[in-house]
Parts: sequence; structure tokens; C-alpha cells
Amino acid sequence: MTRRTVEIPVGRGAEMGMDARPAMGPLAPVEVAEPDIGSEQMLINIGPQHPATHGVLRLICELDGETVVSVTPHIGYLHSSFEKLGEYRTYNQIVPLTDRMDYLAPLIYNCAYAMAVEKLMGIEVTERCKVVRVICLELDRIFSHLLWLGTTAIDVGAFTPFLYAFQERERIYQLHEELTGARITTSATRIGGMMSDLPSGWAEGVREFIDTFPRTLNEIDSLLTTNAIHQGRTIDIGAIGPEDAVDCGLTGPNLRASGVDYDVRKDRPYYDYETYDFEVPVGENGDCYDRYLVRMEEMRQSVAILHQALDRLPDGPINVEDPRISLPGKTDCMSDMESMIHHFKLIMDGISAPAEDCYFAVEGSKGELGMYLVGDGGPKPVRWRIRPPSFVNLSAIAKLAEGHLVADLIMINASLDIVLGEIDR
Amino acid sequence: MIRPDRHGKSASATVEALRAAFPDAVVRDLVQSGDQQVVYIDPGRNAEVLDWLRTDPGERFNLLVDVTAVDYGDGRPLEVVYQLWSIPHRRALRVKCELPLSHLAIASVTALWSAADWLEREVYDLFGIEFRGHPDLRRILMPENYAEGHPLRKDFPLRGRFSRAEQTRRALSQDMEQYYMPEEMEGRGAPQIVPADESPTSAPGSKGR
Repeated sequence: MTRRTVEIPVGRGAEMGMDARPAMGPLAPVEVAEPDIGSEQMLINIGPQHPATHGVLRLICELDGETVVSVTPHIGYLHSSFEKLGEYRTYNQIVPLTDRMDYLAPLIYNCAYAMAVEKLMGIEVTERCKVVRVICLELDRIFSHLLWLGTTAIDVGAFTPFLYAFQERERIYQLHEELTGARITTSATRIGGMMSDLPSGWAEGVREFIDTFPRTLNEIDSLLTTNAIHQGRTIDIGAIGPEDAVDCGLTGPNLRASGVDYDVRKDRPYYDYETYDFEVPVGENGDCYDRYLVRMEEMRQSVAILHQALDRLPDGPINVEDPRISLPGKTDCMSDMESMIHHFKLIMDGISAPAEDCYFAVEGSKGELGMYLVGDGGPKPVRWRIRPPSFVNLSAIAKLAEGHLVADLIMINASLDIVLGEIDR
Repeated sequence: MIRPDRHGKSASATVEALRAAFPDAVVRDLVQSGDQQVVYIDPGRNAEVLDWLRTDPGERFNLLVDVTAVDYGDGRPLEVVYQLWSIPHRRALRVKCELPLSHLAIASVTALWSAADWLEREVYDLFGIEFRGHPDLRRILMPENYAEGHPLRKDFPLRGRFSRAEQTRRALSQDMEQYYMPEEMEGRGAPQIVPADESPTSAPGSKGR
């Protein structure tokens, strides 16, 4: 049994010999001759096109001076009705829709969808496929957290971590490209397996990445974690307690930063996550700084999982060897009548799912990513619902930002790690 | 290591406890996809039953994971689906309520979970189910003045109810002021931004110049 919580080896402000709070004003109150302009509240509009909203998000803020009185988020600008489109597609044809939702962690969405369909259909994937998908899931957790890290650092005025993080992301982009041929729209999974087996040398590429990436992470860590400006901008900003966090439906790093150790990988393990040795970082105060610490530690834990997954990567087939589920090889199709028939049936008819429903959740980079599928015995779902983690996390922003400054609203929004493609779907 | 269920209780035991507490509110229960417990309850008593599931010490389903709906088409009733998870006991439960097409209304659970706010708004927006007692029930993904109905219903055509030309005309003839809700424009302490003679005369939804 591993420890479930991780000591976060960072002092908060005073213990580290630095005062994290912004400098106080002059000791004696200064009489400032201010014109009497009344205390009317001001309505300002942020977004939808604004770099600090991290997507096409619009926030309407009611301000009293610089203090946020209320925030009303308006979403839907990227609505693409993926769920409706899914009802008109066969199960395998839905895969390309999934990576367009969270373009910051496409492989997680590909895997989560395929896993939900397999659960609905009762398909058990091969051991090799399981490990490959764990590699995909953890690689894209780092991929997504790095984008969050870079852009959040920019929001509080630190430009260097952005460059460091994006340099590392570029290496994951290249791994995506080697694996699938695409950098963002990966569409890597198929029902019962993957699009193709790993290209030669890919596992070594991942190994090289995780061997060298922690060094960069440590550099970013040393730039931000004890940085007085960063601490001043994040400590005690947007804090939410454990009960409120659960009430608001927060999941993922946002929930764990508040001290609730709910992680789908530990609580509802899939793909043998219970056999990997990793820990779930849990914060205490639920503020922006704890959300930062939790995600930094999660990247380190992901590296540890990736090492173990690469060590145990078994040989063998990657796809289920069932002609009703997996496409036959190209050579077989061309030379063997039976394979050609199977190929034709799979492409033209698709795979049928039973008339049942299924909810399957994975621990995505943003929180609990659930896929709810309702089958009717045919090759297309009656209903395909994505339980969107960012959507539920964002709904708490009004509560988090109330009473803070406008500048802190930007930081709170960044610390929630949202992706609008998935919020609007 | 798998974290053990702290009560060692299976999801079917939850259904038994539920039947004992609400003998006439539980309609039926079944197991789906191998191990997923589903229970159908009386839609008239959803808030009461869900509140019991949330607070009963033996259940404590304190995380409302998801609220959604399913339309099966062919005039069959719509289902409202609540995905619950108990963080203390590590158990999942799916609670469903069937709503006949003639009466698409159910009590809101926003008073039990704040998370239900946006989730119920989305179901209202895409399925047209009214959540009674919701503090702010308006469209969330589709525009406020969207006039074509509720897109995830089976009788809604994939490309929308209006022709492409009509959709384009409506999109181009929008008033910028209509992007603010009336409450945001006035009545919340904010100064009147639009001069009275320029304020939009048509109500949201009845647009087109």
C-alpha cells in the first residue's frame, strides 16, 4: 500500500524567509483628496476574444472599484454539437470527434472514449494495448499540464516558464506525430485496440523524453515555486474548502488541491492502475498556489508511471483478435476472401453495441472525464454524453472570484485549467 | 492498490436500502454493462430521494458527477440521468427519472449540489426539460435567442430547423446589445449603457430586421 498523499516540500511564505504577501501600504493613513464620484458599480466585459481567458470564454464582471462583485460566464462560442453528431456516426467514426474536444490532451479523450465503448460492448483489450494506452494517458497528462503551466505563468507575468514548457510540449507533439501522423488531432484509438501498433523506436523516444523532462520541470519549479511574485499572486487567491469543492462538483487537481483525495485512477482503477506505484498529491488550502503545486507533482508522478509502463510493455498483438471488432491486415484483405468480407462488414456496418447504457470515467488531465453511452443494439449510439470536467470546474468560477481583484480573476480562471473545446463541445 | 470500499457494501445494497426508505418511489432497478447499478425513481420525488442518498450515513453520495438526459425517440419518455459517486464509500450509482413528453418538468437539485446549476441548464438548453426551482434557468451552450428548439431531441434535424439562408440571416442581424442579458444591462447597480432611444425594442427570440 503506497502512501496516498505527498508531502509538498515547499514552504509557504514566512517559513521560507520571504513575505509572500504584497507589500503593505504606508503605515499612517494618507489623506488623498478624491473627488466624490459615488460608488456606482461598473460592468465590464472580458472576452470572448481575449488571451487571458484561455479560449473563447466571455466573463461579464460587475466591479466595485477593482473588486469583483459578481462574475457571469458566457460560454457556447465553440459549440459544435459533438454529442448530436455522435448519434449519426458508428462507434469507430466517433473517435475523430473526441480529440477535437480537448485539443490539449487528445490522446486522453481518444482512450477514454474507446474504453467506454469497450466496457459497453464487453470487449477486453490485449495486455499490450492496455499498457500502450496508459502511456498515452500519462504522456498527455504531462502535455496538458505543461500548457496550463506555461500560460498560467504568463498570466502572472513570468514569460520564461512558458518558453521552457512549450519546448517540452513540442517534443510530445513529435511523439504524437510519430505515433499517429498528426500532432493534435490524433484519433489514435479504435474499438478493441489502437489505430496501429507503436512505430519502431517510439517507446525509446518516450523513454528519452521522460529521462530529460524532469530536469526542465525542476528548472521551472525553481523559477516559480518560491518566487515571491508568483506566491503573492497565488497564495490565498481563489481558495475553496473541501466541502464546497465537492458541492461544486470539482474534480481532478482542482478538487485535490482542496484536500479531497479523489482520483479515479486510485478509486475506480482501470487498466491495472492499481499495480503502478504512484502517489496522489493532495493540497491543503485549495487556493491557486495549491492547484499549482498539485499539478507540478502530478507531472512527476506521471513520469514515474511512464517509467513503469515502459518497463512492463509486453509484446503480442495490440488489437483484439476478433474479426467482428478489429480490421484485418491489408495483405489478408487482398489475398483472403474471408478477411475481405470481414473488412467490408466492419466498414459498412460497424460494430453493434447491446441495448444497454454505460458510464465510464478516467482521470483526465482536467478532472473526471466520463463517457456515458446508450446503445440500442445497432452500430450507432442512441446517446453519447461526455461528462465534461472543465465545464463543471468552470461553473465554480463565480464563487471563487467573488471579492477578489480583477487581476486575481484572471489568475483564478487560469488556475482552473479549462479548455473551451470541451466546455462547449 | 485498490482502495477498498469502506463499508464493504455493494451498489445493490444501496438499492435495497433505498427501497426500504422509499418503498413507493423506487420504480425498478437493473444492472447495466456488467456491474453498473441503475435505479429508476419516481420523477415527482427526485429531490427527496437524491437528498436521502446524499446525506444518509450509509450512502453519502456526495459528488454529483453528472446530470444529463436521454431521448430514445419514437415518443418514448425522456430520461433524466444523475450519475452519483460517494467519495467516502467509493461507490457509484446511476439514478434515472422517466418524464413523459407531455410533461417535461422535474424538480431542480441545485439546492442539494451547486454542481447541478450548469448541468441542469445544459439539459434544459439541449432537451427542453424544465427544472423547477432552478435559480437561473436559461440557455447555456446555444445563444440566448436561439429559436430553433432543443437540439439533442430526436425530432430535431441534424442541420437545424431553419434553412441555411435563414440561419445566416439571423446570425447577421443580431443586435450587439442582445449579447448582454437584460439583468446585466440594468437593475444590478450598473449604469444604463445604452441610451433609451437606441435600446433594443425587440425581445430576445423575436428578432430580425
